[in-house]
Amino acid sequence: MHLAESERDLRLDLFRGLALWLIFLDHIPSNIVSWITIRNYGFSDATEIFVFISGYTAAFVYGATMQKKGFVVASARILKRAWQVYVAHIFLFAIYMAEIAYVSAHFENPLYAEEMGVFDFLRQPDVALVQALLLKFKPANMDVLPLYIALLAAFPPYVWLLLRMPTLALSVSVAIYVVAWEFGINLPAYPSGHWVFNPFAWQLLFAFGTWCALGGMKRIGLFIRSPYAVALATIYLLVSLAVVSTWYFPAYAHLVPKWLTEWMYPIDKTNLDVLRLAHFFALATLTVRFVPPDWPGLHSLWLRPAVLCGQHSLEIFCIGVFLAFAAHFAMIEFSDGTAMQILVSILGIAIMVAAAALMSWYRRIEERSPGTRSKPPSTTPAGSST
Amino acid sequence: MKRIVLALAGLLFAGVALAQTSDLCPVADGELKPGFPLPHVTEAIANKQLDIVVLGTTSSALSGPGGSGKAYPARFEIELKNELPDVAIRVTSYAKPRQTAPDMEKEIGRILSRDKPALVVWQTGTGDAIRGIDPETFREALDAGVSAVRAAGSDIILINMQYSPRTETMIALTPYLDVMRFVALQHEINLFDRFAIMKYWSEIGLFDLSAATKKTDLAERVHDCIGRLLTEFVLESAKLTAPEDKDTH
Repeated sequence: MHLAESERDLRLDLFRGLALWLIFLDHIPSNIVSWITIRNYGFSDATEIFVFISGYTAAFVYGATMQKKGFVVASARILKRAWQVYVAHIFLFAIYMAEIAYVSAHFENPLYAEEMGVFDFLRQPDVALVQALLLKFKPANMDVLPLYIALLAAFPPYVWLLLRMPTLALSVSVAIYVVAWEFGINLPAYPSGHWVFNPFAWQLLFAFGTWCALGGMKRIGLFIRSPYAVALATIYLLVSLAVVSTWYFPAYAHLVPKWLTEWMYPIDKTNLDVLRLAHFFALATLTVRFVPPDWPGLHSLWLRPAVLCGQHSLEIFCIGVFLAFAAHFAMIEFSDGTAMQILVSILGIAIMVAAAALMSWYRRIEERSPGTRSKPPSTTPAGSST
Repeated sequence: MKRIVLALAGLLFAGVALAQTSDLCPVADGELKPGFPLPHVTEAIANKQLDIVVLGTTSSALSGPGGSGKAYPARFEIELKNELPDVAIRVTSYAKPRQTAPDMEKEIGRILSRDKPALVVWQTGTGDAIRGIDPETFREALDAGVSAVRAAGSDIILINMQYSPRTETMIALTPYLDVMRFVALQHEINLFDRFAIMKYWSEIGLFDLSAATKKTDLAERVHDCIGRLLTEFVLESAKLTAPEDKDTH
């Protein structure tokens, strides 16, 4: 099959940018602004969007490379990307260590003697650092990048298969998901437990993104634009909204039938629960139906900030994790009132947008100067941000 | 039957004296509404002998001189004695540092056979979140522990984690809070939502929970409130036991 040389699909950048903002808002604890994020209105959250779009753009970029330059070159580029993500993860870990070391030295309160146990690992930095380098140590909010590294590391043979037998490739992915659920397979973590995002489960969404990018969208496009799919998706979204509402208004919890709660709960994020997956599919179906690729709004000035962030996803994701730490720190040190929560949320997103704009500018000047980059990344859809 | 009715009447009376707790330690609207009865507690009160076990970790204790007398299990015992002066009340606290739910679940059988409590108050979750125990493992331990308590003929209340603003970005509590809510609902038992209560106190400015201090006065006041509210919660829940329900037991 041949990859269509098409216009860059700005929808991918837009929704990934929005997902990055939502992830940032969700990472600030006790933040009133996080009420606007989608996890409060349904089963899935921004992580699903991020992983799906990452798969989609990765397939677009590296699929084309593999077709034009062969397996070895494409694999080398994918693994280089995995290495970049690994370095980014270690960078975030250093920031996390700095924060935790600072708090452990400055915070004392007999009320929280038990919570201080989270600093215990500072007594054994040798173990903690080695475990972090092995991606087994899993500080809060730092779980997405290890998943992404694992997915990229396993990606080269998958692209190879996908370019030849897409249906088989997707079936393999579904089979891995089913086997992981059936036998409870996940990677171990330190000091105990397993990865927060089980790569054997979450690979399904990534793989589905790659499959859609390399021709799958054409195959299912007719179905997902049909009124049946749209109706089904709408009903599912409304039901999940109703169920999720009872989490915040427990007085109505009795309205959810007992058989349904027994079957439904707990909705497992670690292993990408089928209910979460279905919720993401429903959201994606409505998005594809109502936001066409040539929608003029995609070029509007208003959405430009989100598109920019989506085009530098790795960097903006890392900045977002750091900013969430910083925002929480500011709320503790100065004020944790509603005004402060809104201020740090807006300020954080503004910094993310400014950083993305700066990176776009860097990319432009590097493209202009000869010899620095052989090929301008803008010829590949969604750039190098995979 | 008659004893139960008398006990319920006594509980209604106790409610009047509890009014001051709501001034001292306010909770959000709709918070601490007991959903499920505590039949064994109601029966124990009728029999004038109420034995309670608190199974917990460091957040169920206070360090320092006289700490154990100021931690919430001791406050809970004193409040219960005030409210139910003619009932012999004993609250035994088993608070051990660094315990996870699976650790505590292994102890439950021994504690039940030794103390034969009418009520087990099980505080857990923080150690599990810090150590990153799998939420599923946590759920299984809770499930087994709750089942063991009920099989032994005792009531149970779960207490979840403390709200700790300083460590909020470092300890991922959400999955464990969800599991505790789910297990409570599934077993139709009461959850004392310490996390939500303390978060509310922080929001309304009742306590400055992010303050750095070596002094124990803040901790003592928080524990005092937890003890008072727990008393109110237990007595209100015990009131839900309808006399006709009792005859089936």
